[in-house]
Amino acid sequence: MLNMVVLAAMTLVGISLLLNAWRLLRGPDATDRIIALDTLYINAAALIVLYGVQIGRSDFFEAALLIALLGFVSTMALAKFLLRGDIIE
Amino acid sequence: MFRRSSWLPHPLLSLLLMLVWLLLNNSAAPGHLLLGALLGFLIPRFTRRFWPEPVVLARPALVLRFAGRVLWDIVVANFAVAKVVLGPSAAIRPVFVRVPLDVQPDFAVTVLASVISLTPGSVTADVDAERRFLLVHALSEDDPEALVRQIKTRYEAPIKEIFAC
Amino acid sequence: MIMVLLDLLTAFLLLLGAGFVLVGSIGLVRLPDIFTRLHGPTKATTLGVGSILLGSVLYFSARQGLSLHEVLVSLFLFLTAPVSAHLIARAALQRRQGKTPFTEESED
Repeated sequence: MLNMVVLAAMTLVGISLLLNAWRLLRGPDATDRIIALDTLYINAAALIVLYGVQIGRSDFFEAALLIALLGFVSTMALAKFLLRGDIIE
Repeated sequence: MFRRSSWLPHPLLSLLLMLVWLLLNNSAAPGHLLLGALLGFLIPRFTRRFWPEPVVLARPALVLRFAGRVLWDIVVANFAVAKVVLGPSAAIRPVFVRVPLDVQPDFAVTVLASVISLTPGSVTADVDAERRFLLVHALSEDDPEALVRQIKTRYEAPIKEIFAC
Repeated sequence: MIMVLLDLLTAFLLLLGAGFVLVGSIGLVRLPDIFTRLHGPTKATTLGVGSILLGSVLYFSARQGLSLHEVLVSLFLFLTAPVSAHLIARAALQRRQGKTPFTEESED
């Protein structure tokens, strides 16, 4: 039963990833793309945790933690770049 | 509660670091306890110049109650946001509101802004240079004044009490 | 018996979490402007991922003994989500100058 649930949850998260990718490609503004990328990162972490549950290994959380860390840092860097870029203009 | 000593400048931070270490290793074995305590002791010492003022909790017991309230609000309000997101676009009433600030210290303002951002339906967008108000964006709010009142009584007042500022 | 209950709770948390993740992403696509779009990811996703991780904690605790380290990811996300949202909002405010916003200021 739980296996089906995990598969269903993975499907939902997978659809979310596609929606995020659509926003990432579509824009229209750079800030929209940053939000999309940030969400993409977090959702990917969720997908990896779900995969860990599916194959029954809890050490996948480390990958999720790393992705969350990198996602946060890159969001910070991109947003900071936008903020500073506009100041220079 | 704690006097600032050069020996252990940030006791709360040290405790948090130790806890994170234990969680990361998923174990409370004596070795990890010792290593965690060592890290909690060393890291604040080496990074002390990044922590200009120690965080002092005047009412530590209130923290748990406040955290519980915030978590509950996050869950409840998430359903409200889900309704807005899935409902008709025409029904969305986004609005910017200004929340006047009573708390002043950096840390208290940061906590308040983060709590506002975490509870669905509102995001802290900016704080002015003199720290007189927060610019908060609400996803869908018919009564901006009510939102400001709610933020002030539900979140700001307990924060003020916890940090005694 | 208790195992079945735990599994039911795990299933509920996983589905609820995945549902919220999906709602957040739908919001990202559907909502009309940058500021409203900020709401989806920072909240629905944070709670969504949070409850997926809680489900994972329950799943592994029931099978391999107490396992809490997934909590760390939730903790991290709850700490960082407001910071990201705040910085993106500031960047958007700065870039918005001159454009007609969907969202109107309540004052000034």
